[in-house]
Amino acid sequence: MLGLKRYLVTRGLTMFGVLLVTLLLTVALVGSNMDTILKQGIIFQVRSEITDNPSIAKSFTNPEDFEAFVQQKIDERIIALGLDTPWYSPQRIGYTMFKIMILDFGNATFLTSDTGSPNVGDILLEKLPKTVLLFTTATIIISIIGILLGAASSSKIGSKTDRLTSTFAVISSSFPVWWIGMLMIFAFAFVYQIFPARATPDIEPSDPGYILSLLYHMALPLITIVLIGFGSWAYLVRNFMVGVMQEDFITAKRTIGINKKKIIYKHALKNAAPPIVTILALSLSGSLGGAIITEAVFDWPGMGRLYFEAISVMDLPVIIGSTYVLTVLFLISIFIADLLYGYFDPRVRTGL
Amino acid sequence: MSSVSSADIKREFSKSVLGITGILIIISLITVSIIAAITIPASTFQEWNNPEKWLEYPKTSVPIWVNYFTAEKIPEHKIIEPQIFQSNSNNVYLTSQQFLINFEFDDFPSDFVYEYEAKYSNAHLISVNLLRPDGLEVNLLTMSLPFSENETIYKQRIFSTDEMIKKNLLMSSNLFMFDISQKSVTDILFSDTNENKILKGNYAFVVNVYGIDNQSKITDSKIVLGGKAYGFMGTDELRRDLAVGLLWGTPLALFIGVSVAIGSVVVGLIYGVYSGYKGKKTDETMMRFNDIIYALPALPFLIILAVTISNSIFLMIGFLMIFSWVGVAKVSRSMSLQIKTRQYVEAAKIMGQKDSKIIFRHIIPQLLPYAFASIAISVPAAITTEAGLSFLGLGDPSFPTWGQILHDANTYGATAQGFWWWIIPPGLLIAITGLAFVFIGNALDSIVNPKLKR
Repeated sequence: MLGLKRYLVTRGLTMFGVLLVTLLLTVALVGSNMDTILKQGIIFQVRSEITDNPSIAKSFTNPEDFEAFVQQKIDERIIALGLDTPWYSPQRIGYTMFKIMILDFGNATFLTSDTGSPNVGDILLEKLPKTVLLFTTATIIISIIGILLGAASSSKIGSKTDRLTSTFAVISSSFPVWWIGMLMIFAFAFVYQIFPARATPDIEPSDPGYILSLLYHMALPLITIVLIGFGSWAYLVRNFMVGVMQEDFITAKRTIGINKKKIIYKHALKNAAPPIVTILALSLSGSLGGAIITEAVFDWPGMGRLYFEAISVMDLPVIIGSTYVLTVLFLISIFIADLLYGYFDPRVRTGL
Repeated sequence: MSSVSSADIKREFSKSVLGITGILIIISLITVSIIAAITIPASTFQEWNNPEKWLEYPKTSVPIWVNYFTAEKIPEHKIIEPQIFQSNSNNVYLTSQQFLINFEFDDFPSDFVYEYEAKYSNAHLISVNLLRPDGLEVNLLTMSLPFSENETIYKQRIFSTDEMIKKNLLMSSNLFMFDISQKSVTDILFSDTNENKILKGNYAFVVNVYGIDNQSKITDSKIVLGGKAYGFMGTDELRRDLAVGLLWGTPLALFIGVSVAIGSVVVGLIYGVYSGYKGKKTDETMMRFNDIIYALPALPFLIILAVTISNSIFLMIGFLMIFSWVGVAKVSRSMSLQIKTRQYVEAAKIMGQKDSKIIFRHIIPQLLPYAFASIAISVPAAITTEAGLSFLGLGDPSFPTWGQILHDANTYGATAQGFWWWIIPPGLLIAITGLAFVFIGNALDSIVNPKLKR
């Protein structure tokens, strides 16, 4: 067990390292833009405060004095917020990263949550469950179909099912999910009006029918993701199973006359489990990244669409916040995958 | 991993139906690229995002071949060049242009535009007439060109919606047995005289320019007859000929996919082999770094990079490489761990050969079959990722790709309006290109990894 602990600690440390690197990269990439935007925000704020309060302007007789006063106010605030040092100074990067780490993302520049809050944390909290709902459901359905189909085709290699699965896997993996999404919307929302074209429910979240409406709106994206995803899953499972079926203990079981079905679904599948589970965890995290485009196509109100909207209006706090949350989710699922892999496969722990 | 000779690979590969199919698809894509480069001038392609260039083209027109499958023939959008005749009698100089149209469609053309450039001096008169299949000749417009003492160049566009044309037509309303006052000019001109039904046959626009004591010179003249079908691939909302975009997208997609794949596989291969060969601390450090890159969420990062640094296509290729070499590095490391224990490598080491020589002479050649398979397999991912970024609107505007065509389609609501010819071909091309490389990769893979084949 000591091996597993050591393994997990190394992995955990790597993950934390990745998190820091991601944060640093994100801050470095958007930092200079962020400063410009923040400074402009301050100037706008100060000017509007002064126009709101005409008595300040009246107390000055000389326009130059007045300008100097305004400039002084602006400078004061810039110093108060620490914007006088450049964004790449160590203290500021450290401070920014610390704040992000404790999930304090500040306020969004343009976007707001459905309830109207500009707090990035609130916005993310509202969108995250929807992404998790759509993509976890899809991944579960995909893996169930994939495992069953993969096991079935590995039991009869070269059969019609096997060849059909392999062909479908290869073909479906070459199609971009979002393009199939467009076709699905075209076919099932406009030509045959079965599903809604926009996946955002049009009733208020407080409405009791909201959940039902959300599920109905989820149908089309869900079908699309499953349709494109299950083929390559089945193919992967099949390949793992083929590998396992060649191992000696299976041959031995076969020679002593154990039922073939039992061998496949009980013994072989169990032995193929570690890589399958690992890939399950990984594909879940991978689908989160892909969510950006898929959600943009279907207009699903989750993290992906939020990210897309934030990019199109350059709402930097939201971009930083969602990158961070996406990375954390991604890392958690990789970590779980590692954990499972280390648990299932003792060779990993000894540090091969 | 057993070593496979290149002759073996060739023989095995030629037996794989899918592998050959993949090769054939890629050959045809390359042919298409070459045809695109020869037939479509690069300037057309660079003007893709310039709306002025596409003014003569129709908006969201279906491809012309749709007419083969429908009973009702959709009128084609035609840009007609004239035949020019010049003559001179009694000091009256005549330049006559004839635009011949064989109109065999089941709907009226939406409009027409006559465009010309005349070089003349003094007074000139222009008259536009339409000669119909039933022998009727209708005068559409007669007007004088602006008087100029010196030689001048006059440019004009005459639209079918011009009020003068309608007025002239109303004067000859007795020719038609139905009420023409509420109809559009093209609905009248291309109609049977007895009822408002399309009259098929050969039409000719005849444009005569008369001048006294000098001949006018007409250049750049053409008639654009507005229709709802154009070109082999139709047009989009911005009147662009989709065939141009799709054709030029082919070499771009191949370029992006292949260069990302080759770049990342070469980097990954050398990185992994070096790490595995060196072992110990070097290996540990290099693999930790590998883990970090591996755990970075690729798409959000690519988006941030495209937004903050640049969306130039060449930089994008570099960004895509950053995220795609890690897998190859992992596999080639474990392969080199096995190979370095072989006797000939050990022997080379004892003989005092340099590390770089051992790596490039003895280890990497062993991994080449695997490397080629990986290149083929990683092409589709590169193409779809680039297409995805373009689809989000982050593509390089000076190089329109298939992904950008789909982005525009999505922006202009092509799905809602049923513009299938705008949505299906680009996606299909992305998929077919990806598929070809996957076929080749899988064929190579099953030769290199025989375990999966049975």
